[in-house]
Amino acid sequence: MTFKNLVTAALITSVALTAVHADELKGRGASFPGPVYKAWTAAYFKATGKKVNYTPTGSGDGIKSIKKRMVDFAGSDKPLKPEKLRKAKLYMFPSVVGSIVLAYNLDGVKDGDLKLSRTAIDAIFSGKAVFWDDAIITKENVGLTLPHAPITTCVRADKSGTTFNFTYFLNKINPDVKVSKKPTWKAAKVVAGKSNSGVSANIQQIKNSIGYIEYSYKIKLGLPAAQVENKEGHFINPTVPSFQDAAKYATWTADNDFYAVIGDPAGATSYPIVAATFLLLPIEKSEMNKKVTAFMEWAYINGDKAAAELGYVPLPASTKEAIRAYWEAKKIK
Amino acid sequence: MGSKLFRNFSFFSATLSFFLLVGVFAILFSYAQEALHEFGFNFLWTEQWEPDEDDEGGIFGGYIPILGTLLSTIIAMLIATPLAMGIAIFLTEIASVNVAKPVSIAIELLAAIPSIIYGMWGLFYFAPIVQFVFGGNGVGLLTAGMVLAIMIIPFMAAITRDSMNTTPAVLKESAYAMGATKFEVIKDVVMPYSKGGIIGSIILALGRALGETMAVAFLIGSVMHTIGNMTDPTTSIPVLLANNFAEAEDLEMSSMYFLALILFVVSFAIISTAKFYFLGRNPSMKKVK
Amino acid sequence: MNRLLLNKIILMLSTLSAVIGISFLFWILATLSYKGITSIHWSTFTNDLVEGGIRNLLVGQFTMALMATAVAVPVGMMAGIYLREYGDGSKLAAIIRNLSDVMMSAPSIVIGVFVYALLVDPFGGYNGWAGSVALAIMMIPIIISTTDNMLALVPTELREAGMALGGSKHKIILQIVVRAAKVGITTGVLLSFARIIGETAPLLFTSANNQFFTMDLSGQFPSLTVSIYNLATYPDPESRELAWAASFILTASVLCINLIGRFSIRNKK
Repeated sequence: MTFKNLVTAALITSVALTAVHADELKGRGASFPGPVYKAWTAAYFKATGKKVNYTPTGSGDGIKSIKKRMVDFAGSDKPLKPEKLRKAKLYMFPSVVGSIVLAYNLDGVKDGDLKLSRTAIDAIFSGKAVFWDDAIITKENVGLTLPHAPITTCVRADKSGTTFNFTYFLNKINPDVKVSKKPTWKAAKVVAGKSNSGVSANIQQIKNSIGYIEYSYKIKLGLPAAQVENKEGHFINPTVPSFQDAAKYATWTADNDFYAVIGDPAGATSYPIVAATFLLLPIEKSEMNKKVTAFMEWAYINGDKAAAELGYVPLPASTKEAIRAYWEAKKIK
Repeated sequence: MGSKLFRNFSFFSATLSFFLLVGVFAILFSYAQEALHEFGFNFLWTEQWEPDEDDEGGIFGGYIPILGTLLSTIIAMLIATPLAMGIAIFLTEIASVNVAKPVSIAIELLAAIPSIIYGMWGLFYFAPIVQFVFGGNGVGLLTAGMVLAIMIIPFMAAITRDSMNTTPAVLKESAYAMGATKFEVIKDVVMPYSKGGIIGSIILALGRALGETMAVAFLIGSVMHTIGNMTDPTTSIPVLLANNFAEAEDLEMSSMYFLALILFVVSFAIISTAKFYFLGRNPSMKKVK
Repeated sequence: MNRLLLNKIILMLSTLSAVIGISFLFWILATLSYKGITSIHWSTFTNDLVEGGIRNLLVGQFTMALMATAVAVPVGMMAGIYLREYGDGSKLAAIIRNLSDVMMSAPSIVIGVFVYALLVDPFGGYNGWAGSVALAIMMIPIIISTTDNMLALVPTELREAGMALGGSKHKIILQIVVRAAKVGITTGVLLSFARIIGETAPLLFTSANNQFFTMDLSGQFPSLTVSIYNLATYPDPESRELAWAASFILTASVLCINLIGRFSIRNKK
C-alpha cells in the first residue's frame, strides 16, 4: 500500500533528521541595529563560514527570548539595570551606537527642510499639535508651506528599544511622557508598524505622516528627515558627523555592565537622539558565550567600516578594550 | 496484526479528537489563570493594554481586540451573505451545467487561496481603493472586513449550493407547474427546504471569519485604539496574538491566553450551533471543507 | 407584471454576484501572477533567504507539511475507519464527529498558541517539530472527515461479499473497503495538504523562521508563509519583490495541487 510506504519513508526521514544539528548562533531582538548586524553576520559567514542567525523582532522580544533561554544572545536598545541583569542572570555589553531620526512624508518638503523644535516634537507625539500647520510647527518653518492636514504619527506596534530611547528624549522635554518600550500614544492619528521596517514602510506609504526610525532605514529608503533642536538650542541635521559628536559624550563602564542611556547629550553640534545598542548573554552558557564574543570580536575589528557606511557610530577603542576586559573577567572570551 | 489490535488502534485514533479538544481547552485555561485571577471579568471591558516597564505586570484588557474581532466579522458577514446566496442561486438555478461547472471550480479555487495571499493582495491592491473611496489610511476596520468578506464568500456559497441542491426536483417541478417564477420557486420551495443547511453555512462562515488571522493582520492596522470611524485602524484577537505574542511575558502572555480562550470558546459555541442547524436536514451535510 | 420583474431582478443580482466573485478571483490571480512572475529570477530558487532567495523556505515549508502528513494520514484514516466501520450509528461516533468538525474550524492561531505551550515553552526554543505538530493538528480532522465520508460511499454489498468470503474484519476494511474508497481519500489528503502548506498562523510561534538552509527540526525552521508575512512589511524593494515571488509560487503550488485533486476525482467516476 502506497500509504504505508509514505509513512515509513517519512518516519525514517524524521529519525535521520534528528541527527542533523545546525551549528549556528541564534539571536533575536532589536531592529535598531538590524542593518548593521545583517552586514556583520553576512561578512562573518563569508569570512569564517560560521552562521549567526539574527532575527530583528524588537528589543522586547529579544529580552524575553534571552530570559527564557530561547536564543543564544539577544539584541536590545534598552539596557537592563544591574538588578534586573542579576535577576535574569545575564551579561550585557554594547555593540554599536546609532541614531533615531524623525522621518516624514510631506509633499514638497525635502530632506532637512523641516525644522522641529523640542516643544514641537513633544506636541506632535502627545497630540497637542493636530495639524501640520499648527503654530508650534510653523514657528520654526517660516519659509515652508505646510498643509492643513492632520498629522499621522507612525509608531511601533511591538515593544521597542527604539521607542524606549525616543521616549527618553521626549521625557527630557516633557516629564509627563513615560519612558517605555511601548507607551500608550496620545496623538490623534496613530499608525503602528512592526519593527523599524514596519514604521519606515508606513511613513513611506502614508501621506502627511511622521515617525521615528533608525538612521540607516531613512538612508536605505531615501526618506526625508527633520532637523532636530538639541539640548543647547541648535537645530541639527541628522548626519554621521553630528552622531559622532553626540557619541563623544557617552561613557560606558564595566562596573554596571556598561549600562548607559546616551540620549540628549551636551554639545553644540550634537544630534540629540542617539542611542547605544546592547547584547545580552545568559551567564550559565559559557561555551556558547565564547562563540558569541568571538563573533563580536570579529565585528569590533573588521566591522567598523560597514557600520560607518550604514550610518552607525562604532564604539571608541577604549570602550572596546573595556569590553574585552569584561569578557576576560567573566571568562567568556 | 490481529483484528482486535486494529480495532483498538482505530478507536484510540478516533478518541484523539476528544483528547485534542480537551487538551486545547485545558492548556488555554491553565495558562490564562494568572490573568483570570488578576482581572476577572473586568478584562472584557477594560480598554488598556499596558505592560509594566519591566514586563512583569501591567494592566491588560480585552475590550478593544474583542470589539475589533466582532466588528470585522459583522462587516464581513453583512457583505458576504447576500453575495454568497446570490452565487449559490446562480449555480443551482440559473446556470446551465456547462457554465455551472467551471464557475463552481473557480469559486472553490478562491477558497483554496491561502489567507496570507489575501493579506498581500489586500494590502497593496485593495487598501488603496478603499482609501480612495472611503478615506482614512487604507488599513483599518473597513478594509479588513471587506477582504474578510471576499474570503468567506466561496465557503458560504459552496455549502449553500450543496444544501440547495438537495431539494428534490419533484417539489420544484410541481411549483413550476403551478406557474411560479424561478425566484418564487427559490423563495418558497428551495429556501425553506434547505433552510437548515443555509443557516448552518452562514453560522459556520461566521465562525471562520472570527478566527481569521493573516489577512486581517495585514489590513486592520494593528493599533490598540478604539474606532471613531469605520476606516480607523484597530486590532482583533488573532491579530494581537500574531503580532505581540512572541514578546509577551508573564501577565501579558497570560492575558493573551485569556483572549485565546475566549476566542476558542466562542468558536466552539458557534460551530456547535451551526451543526445543530445542519443536523435536522441531511446527515451527509456534516461534511464541511 | 410585478412578479416577473421581481424575478428578473433577483436573477440578475444573483448572476451579478457570481460575476463579482469570479472577478475577484481573476483580479487576485492576475495581480499575483504579474507581481510574482516579474519578481522571479534564477537566484530566487537557488539562494536561501539570507541571500535573497527562497530555496530554504520552500524546502522548509514542504518538509513540515510532509511531516504533518506522515502523522495526520495514519491517525486520521484510522479514526475515520473507526467512525464508519466500527462505531457507525453509536452515540460516541456522533460525538467524535462533532468534536472533529469543531477542531477543523478552530482558529489556527489558537492551535499555534496551544502547541507553543506544549512543545516550545517547555523545550526552550522555537523548533520545527512544533511547527509540524501544529500543521498535523489542523490536518487530522480533515482526514477524519474525508475518510469517514468516502467510506460511507462504499456500498454495503462489498462489505457483505468480504464477510461471505470469510475474511476477518480488519482485513475486509483494509483490503476491500478502503481500497474501494482509495481515490476519494487520496483526493482528501491532497486537498488538505494544499490547505496546510498555505498556513501561517500555526507556524508563527512554533517553528518561527530561519534565513539559512537547515534540516535541523530542533531549531527555528524556515517557513515560506512566515517569511512572506515578514518580508511584506519591509519597505525596501528587494524584500517586497521576494514577498511577491514567494506568494506567487505558494499560490501556484496550492492551486495546482487542488486542481490535480479535483481532476483525479472527476476522471475516476
